[in-house]
Amino acid sequence: MNENRRKFLKLTGLAALGAATGKFADVFAKEKLTKISSLNITGKKRTTLVGIDSKKRWAMVIDLKKCLVEEGCTKCIDACHKIHNVPDFENPKDEIKWIWKEPYEQAFLDQENYYQKDNLKDKPVPIFCNHCDNPPCVRVCPTEATWKREDGIVMMDWHRCIGCRYCMAACPYGSRSFNWRDPRPFIKDIDPDFPTRTKGVVEKCTFCDERIAKGQLPACVEACSEKAMVFGDLNDPKSNVRELLKENFSIRRKPELGTNPEIYYLV
Amino acid sequence: MYDSGKIILGLIIFVGLFTSPIWYDLASGKAADKPNLVFPTKEDQKECVNTAEYMREFHMDLLNVWRDEVVRKGVRTYTSNTGKHFEMSLTKTCTGCHSNKAEFCDQCHNYLGVTPYCWNCHVEPHSAEIKR
Repeated sequence: MNENRRKFLKLTGLAALGAATGKFADVFAKEKLTKISSLNITGKKRTTLVGIDSKKRWAMVIDLKKCLVEEGCTKCIDACHKIHNVPDFENPKDEIKWIWKEPYEQAFLDQENYYQKDNLKDKPVPIFCNHCDNPPCVRVCPTEATWKREDGIVMMDWHRCIGCRYCMAACPYGSRSFNWRDPRPFIKDIDPDFPTRTKGVVEKCTFCDERIAKGQLPACVEACSEKAMVFGDLNDPKSNVRELLKENFSIRRKPELGTNPEIYYLV
Repeated sequence: MYDSGKIILGLIIFVGLFTSPIWYDLASGKAADKPNLVFPTKEDQKECVNTAEYMREFHMDLLNVWRDEVVRKGVRTYTSNTGKHFEMSLTKTCTGCHSNKAEFCDQCHNYLGVTPYCWNCHVEPHSAEIKR
């Protein structure tokens, strides 16, 4: 090996080493940057930020007597579907619904009496996700796109939904709808504060988690002029829902299935 | 080497054709359109959730963390390094300042050929679809 070649090899080796350390230093610098800024979220300050209150158990009581006062009223449905950008496909096969109405006999299939009270017979009952205590949809979701929060809300993460529709098959209440088409062109009045959904995603009522986080009531409860819908905490024995359930006879949809639905109807 | 003339000529032609977009750009005098970001004007310029340097490189990571915090953990407030609180929201906080998607987000995304699907669901500010 002559002198020149030896020198050349040494130089290239050194240069390569130098370049490599430079790159490494760069990578470490980036690591540091990410770490610093993610500290805010995972670090100590976290405890001061409001999260999900696991001591609560949100539920709803619907007084059908009050609900049926105004015939053909759709205030709760309109309010909900407007703020959540629910599309209207004008085709029952594609229909997306968060709240809808079903005749009493359809909503409560287990109420087998031949002769119902006249004030309930064939009357439209508002129904939506029951936020079950034992939600079958959650058990079947392969991506954890739907899960039960600590405060009882059966949440949906539309980022994660892959559109397999297992949850729709599992839900005994038909509370879930699937976007067969791009919903954007079918939303009359887009509310920019709430996302729309995309084709291939399942959606349903989320108990207005975004409003509860701000200390507001769900939109349907607020929209009801008869105050037929009452939202509250089941874990608090003095809460409005517990008081109502204590004083009145209530029924739930298909309780025999063991899903433990948390929407109570006063009849 | 046999037929070296032909091979070398062929290689030259191949390399020439392969790199033709570069030559075309050089000849026409204009390089590919560089991202040209329009930042919020001085009046509505507020403090960002992090430094520009950080945001440039990691805004996508930050948005992913925000997404999981809000949707899955129910935490909606972000504390920046300067101690300021922000609502973790793409459409309220981010586009509250950077209100023009075409002049801000799209500039780099188009340049780099990335197509984030945020806007498939989240509503772009001042979009034609919002009829208000």
